[in-house]
Amino acid sequence: MTTTYREAMRAALRDALVRDDRVFLMGEDVGRYGGCFAVSLGLLDEFGPERVRDTPLSESGFVGAGIGAALGGMRPIVEVMTVNFSMLALDQIVNNAATLLHMSGGQFNVPVVIRMTTGAGRQLAAQHSHSLEAWYAHVPGIRVVAPATLDDARGMLWTAVCDPDPVIVFEHGSLYNTSGELADDAGPTDLDRAAIRRPGTDLTLIAYGGTLGKALDAAEALTADGIDAEVVDLRTLRPLDTATFVESVTRTHRAVVVDEGWRTGSLSAEISAQITENAFYDLDAPVARVCSVEVPMPYARHLEEAALPQVPDIVAAAKELGG
Amino acid sequence: MNADETRTLLARLLRGIAPEVDLDTVDPGAPLQEEAELDSMDFLNLVNALYDETGIEIPERDYPRIATVEGFVGYVSALSTTA
Amino acid sequence: MPSLGADMEAGTVLEWRVQPGDTVHRGDIVAVVDTEKSTIEVEVFEDGVVEELLAAPGDELPVGAPLARIAAAPAAPAPDRRPARAPAGTPRRKHAEAKPARTGTPRRTRPAARRSPAEAARSRAAPRAPRPPGAAPVRASPLARRRAAERHVDLADIAGSGPGGAVVAADLDRAPSDGERAPGTPSEAAEPGTPAAADEEREDRQAAMRHAIGALMARSAREIPHYHLATTIDLSAALTWLTAANERRSVAERLLPGALLLKATARAAIEVPAVNGFWVDDAFQAAPAVHLGVAVALRGGGLIAPALHDADRLTLDELMSALRDLVGRARAGRLRSSEMSDPTLTVTNLGEQGVEEVHGVIYAPQVALVGFGRVTDQPWASQGMLGVRPTVRATLAADHRVSDGLVGARFLNALDHLLQSPEDL
Repeated sequence: MTTTYREAMRAALRDALVRDDRVFLMGEDVGRYGGCFAVSLGLLDEFGPERVRDTPLSESGFVGAGIGAALGGMRPIVEVMTVNFSMLALDQIVNNAATLLHMSGGQFNVPVVIRMTTGAGRQLAAQHSHSLEAWYAHVPGIRVVAPATLDDARGMLWTAVCDPDPVIVFEHGSLYNTSGELADDAGPTDLDRAAIRRPGTDLTLIAYGGTLGKALDAAEALTADGIDAEVVDLRTLRPLDTATFVESVTRTHRAVVVDEGWRTGSLSAEISAQITENAFYDLDAPVARVCSVEVPMPYARHLEEAALPQVPDIVAAAKELGG
Repeated sequence: MNADETRTLLARLLRGIAPEVDLDTVDPGAPLQEEAELDSMDFLNLVNALYDETGIEIPERDYPRIATVEGFVGYVSALSTTA
Repeated sequence: MPSLGADMEAGTVLEWRVQPGDTVHRGDIVAVVDTEKSTIEVEVFEDGVVEELLAAPGDELPVGAPLARIAAAPAAPAPDRRPARAPAGTPRRKHAEAKPARTGTPRRTRPAARRSPAEAARSRAAPRAPRPPGAAPVRASPLARRRAAERHVDLADIAGSGPGGAVVAADLDRAPSDGERAPGTPSEAAEPGTPAAADEEREDRQAAMRHAIGALMARSAREIPHYHLATTIDLSAALTWLTAANERRSVAERLLPGALLLKATARAAIEVPAVNGFWVDDAFQAAPAVHLGVAVALRGGGLIAPALHDADRLTLDELMSALRDLVGRARAGRLRSSEMSDPTLTVTNLGEQGVEEVHGVIYAPQVALVGFGRVTDQPWASQGMLGVRPTVRATLAADHRVSDGLVGARFLNALDHLLQSPEDL
């Protein structure tokens, strides 16, 4: 069936609520309003206010409540409107959710799922356009995933709910309206492996979330120059599936990492380091990176577009590497 | 060979083995091996060199008698006079 | 430039014993090289004809740098004796056929930074020298470097198409195939050093040797988990036999107790092979033969431990004469390259210096070191009787990554047993 990323995500939420009565959804405007991005539209009517809960505008409070509920045996799915608001809950996530299993000597795990929208491209300006996935991917004790396809939007949530430890799901804002075919029986997917979305022989483009589509478009454009690019979708940002992209680079000998985060201290930096550590003698060119320009995200459309990684940037970086 | 000649011969043989050793600075009553830092290979080479030069063959059991410069000179000059 | 011991980083060519055109056989001495430790005669590993000398006397080269080029088969017709250093731009010739120089692009250019000024000048005069003097070292990707090494291709020959003009793997594939270059053919000479002033040489050598020994021993102490064992061995049988044997011998044929100890050590190493070999790439490699490194103290300080080859298979007379030759040449600074690189187990005898026992540091990458102290008369109980016997303290320092104390103990016991039957050594 043809569906959108938003609908696939909603189907996943409905599936989780149906499968396990310990699951409930909470966050700002998730109920009556149907979610800021309309992901949970209709779920309040279907499951009632006990299981689809609107919360006050206090990220620290409701993320903390979600962690508490998880400790109490529930399987909460907490929606934080956008990643910038999660800064207000950073203490709950980094100091509590990520640490309690460790600090209780393994007695208390925190099976909470925290969903949030990330990324730019919708003229939401400097305060609502961040890609801060790397911050969370830095922290041991939490799993960080970035569904970039309809299958993953449909399939990652249930696996995340089943995970005994905290999982953060980053949904790139530009993806909700993307549409495509999804199998009627599409179901849960793993949260462990990166995926090769397009096989190729000359070069590896490594992307995730909002940049996967751009990488695939760039790979298509590169065929005009006779360059056959492989595209790796990281899918899980922590723990990174290093083996998959290292294996790919070992075959293609070249890598371009596409990351909407700012270059300095980004996930792309970590990936580049992993490639250098693990595939140095197979590299035929330096690892290249295409990242966001290091400025607060501009509001003006043409400036925002200039600040973000775009298909021509990826193509240019790939051609620069030769081969 | 008198004592002086024997001493001169010893000085010459020693130069081939331990070039930096000056026989004049060696205590004639002290053990030569220690004074000149000769190991057993060096000492064997000295005995061998003496044999090559003079035909005098010192048996191992007499090594203690030639262990000092004094002893060496006395032993060798006595032998070469009687010979 | 061969590695003449694990502590060697570079050597200086002192003289050539061969000239271009000379036929050489494996084992021939082709050059004399000065290392931090000693003057070494370098042996050749291949049969062939010397085609070109790539270093002049006085040149200092890092370990691994080519010294000369040797054609695998004799070139016919016999080439004229060429000057010691052929012009750098000379194209390579096919070894087997000795054709005139190939027409076309010169195939070999070395980065100017690694050439002598004279060579660089010649290369400027040569046609189409692609790299001007002062050019940076070759830029090449890690993959291209790896492939070039595998294929014995000189990266300086390749035009780079990668980022910043770097050579990438595809450039190697585009390069002409390398049929006429024998595998392992050296392709570059290193920058020659300036010979040190003669009167400073001795002090420099002392300091350099101290530095070299220090570096190696520090590495050994840091990396090798040593264990130490000691035992006292009754030498009365050995020395009685030796005294009687020497009675019958001329001065030139006399044996030293040290020869017995070396022979017994070599035989014990055959019985307990875990002490004889090398620690390489995180694993023990047992040595197929016993080449004892004999620690020789040099007059004026320093230490060198050249190999007494196949010590287990030499008769005592052969061993004594080999030992005499080796010690003599070690002190005269005339050791051969194989003697520097081959030792599989080192023996140090500090008895001459009067100490009773030695707790040694293993000479990496070897895995054990055998020490002997002074022969002293000791009260000795045997068969219920107390007597006075000449004894020696034998010690073993061994690498715990390779063996345990039990194995080390078996070695010392074997050594003891062997020394009780000197007539069988």
